[in-house]
Amino acid sequence: MTTMTEADQRGNGASPENDILVEVKNLQMYFPVTAGIIFQRAVAQIKAVDDVSFFVKKGETLGLVGESGCGKTTTGRCILQLYKPTGGQVVFDGQELTSMSTRQMRVMRRRMQVIFQDPYSSLNPRMTAGNIIGEPLIVHGLVNNKEEYRERVAELLQNVGLNPYMADRFPHEFSGGQRQRIGVARALSVDPSFIVCDEPVSALDVSIQAQIVNLLEDLQEQFDLTYLFIAHDLSVVRHISNRVAVMYLGHIVEIADRNEIYANPLHPYTRALLSAVPIPDPVIDAQRERILLSGEVPSPLNPPSGCVFHPRCPIAIDSCQQVIPELREVEPDHWAACIQSPGYGSY
Amino acid sequence: MATLLEVKDLRTHFFTFEGVVKAVDGVSYEVEEGETLGLVGESGCGKSVSALSLMRLIPDPPGKIVSGEMLFEGEDILKIDMDDMRRIRGAKMSMVFQEPMTSLNPVLTLERQLSETLQLHRGMSREEARNESVDLLARVGIPDAERRVKQYPHQFSGGMRQRVMIAMALSCNPRLIIADEPTTALDVTIQAQILELMKSLTNEFGVSLIVITHNLGVVARYADRMNIMYAGKIIERGTAREVYSNPRHPYTVGLLKSVPRLDLPRRAKLDPIEGQPPDLINLPQGCSFRDRCRWAVDKCATEEPPLMLMNEGHWSACWRSDELGPSALDFYADAEMLEGATNGGSAADSEPEEEN
Repeated sequence: MTTMTEADQRGNGASPENDILVEVKNLQMYFPVTAGIIFQRAVAQIKAVDDVSFFVKKGETLGLVGESGCGKTTTGRCILQLYKPTGGQVVFDGQELTSMSTRQMRVMRRRMQVIFQDPYSSLNPRMTAGNIIGEPLIVHGLVNNKEEYRERVAELLQNVGLNPYMADRFPHEFSGGQRQRIGVARALSVDPSFIVCDEPVSALDVSIQAQIVNLLEDLQEQFDLTYLFIAHDLSVVRHISNRVAVMYLGHIVEIADRNEIYANPLHPYTRALLSAVPIPDPVIDAQRERILLSGEVPSPLNPPSGCVFHPRCPIAIDSCQQVIPELREVEPDHWAACIQSPGYGSY
Repeated sequence: MATLLEVKDLRTHFFTFEGVVKAVDGVSYEVEEGETLGLVGESGCGKSVSALSLMRLIPDPPGKIVSGEMLFEGEDILKIDMDDMRRIRGAKMSMVFQEPMTSLNPVLTLERQLSETLQLHRGMSREEARNESVDLLARVGIPDAERRVKQYPHQFSGGMRQRVMIAMALSCNPRLIIADEPTTALDVTIQAQILELMKSLTNEFGVSLIVITHNLGVVARYADRMNIMYAGKIIERGTAREVYSNPRHPYTVGLLKSVPRLDLPRRAKLDPIEGQPPDLINLPQGCSFRDRCRWAVDKCATEEPPLMLMNEGHWSACWRSDELGPSALDFYADAEMLEGATNGGSAADSEPEEEN
């Protein structure tokens, strides 16, 4: 077994094609901005995700971090085909998803699931925990009779650290952490191989966050899961991910191994993000250099020319306004999209 | 430094159909002039209720401040009538709320919202209030304030709205600002901006600040002193340096150990506080943390530990405080917690999740 070890070793050496579970190629997701009441016409486009490419290897966790509005959730939803991407391809285990019919896609959904951010609004308040977890079993025809159904639901509840007798309770009877466990059990019910975790802990208290993070790690080991872990908390992402991708305004600006990206961040945005993470120790925190980014994330309706980060970038030069930096492998397994990072080459 | 606010044995209870919720149950602390006090705890521990009690904004019914004293500039603001309270609230004592999205009125321009406080408390004319609003917005770092002041809240981003809230809180030169989770709804880079702004403004104007948060990391850099709350009570208090480096309560230790640290090597496993916070209606006898506590002994079930003095200015409510301290904070106490120094932890044979 030892999926983590294998994934890590692959990360250190060559990565053969067949080890890749999910590959995203030049993904674009543009949302139209419409005007008019009856005859709606598109007047502009929000470029939520613009030319994003990456891959997730079997058994690994890829962390996807960025500020709100950077397109990380949209990327996750495009992979699951919850949005039809405007352009690009999503390849899951060798099969291209964007051209699939709804019927074909439903079969694929058994293998890819999602855990949502807000455990308060993502569970139907009128369904019992057992029915929430069991519904996918019926939809996908995974159980033959009521007895099997009950057994499977009980097993899933135990997998996530809840008691089987809780199946008859409604979501409001659970605390936030327990609700998130129900969300995890629901995702697990169809025995998927890939789970998009969309900010699964950010709505929880810190003491409960650690419980859920540990649960996700245990389940990954137990069921050979591959995660795309979307979050804005960099310390949690470093803990759970094997590799980390940083997104800014619809683009991936850096991808590297977790230790590499934290020890040697190459993109100025990654550096600023890391320096902004507070450290719970007043002595150490006071000694750290903090890169305060001026201003806010520009609107994806009208992104800046050239490198989208240049208006806030502390090291921007004139060329940054014209050149759109592509993501390049500047060091082995370390990709960055900044023309000033060492090893980037000519532009 | 003089004491600005002194809270003595504050108790705020909510009388519900299910029973009495003791949201704040015997809390005492002081705030010195110009200092920043961190108030930390999980959701439901009573930290927001204790802040709302200070402003006397507890909805009644079902809530009621059942006992206690709150001496603000020497005057017990629990005894004054609501008209007098209204003169203090917003003027001498103001609040920054958690949700900048919902705590501004969506149908009024910022000018109207900012002017209201100014006209009411500082007796300004419309014209003066308008000019002052522009100044305030500029002071909290909103560019093009002259134009922006005429806009509505939805035209501002989350970070900008929080700046507006801070401008509003500052508008009457208060003595005390209570910030209830001021950065929780914001992104990390914006969080850093807002905290720096609050720190510099409070320094500049000598305002005292109470920052309420559930994240110990957020206040580490800014707080002078800390109060840690659990189940309606303060369970540890002291200077920030002491509390972070020499925690004496198992809950504080648990909070510090449950978060991953960016500045330290990655741990193989996080160390969560097991279980759930207790139900405030049926608090168990004895120490309310004992069900989740690794250090619990028999005494904890029968006798509730009072706040006991550890060092100068450092208090903890635990029977075994003396055994805690920096050693309890060892993040790698178990050998398998430390991950191999090699890339990605792949070579770490000790990592439990990699054992075959």
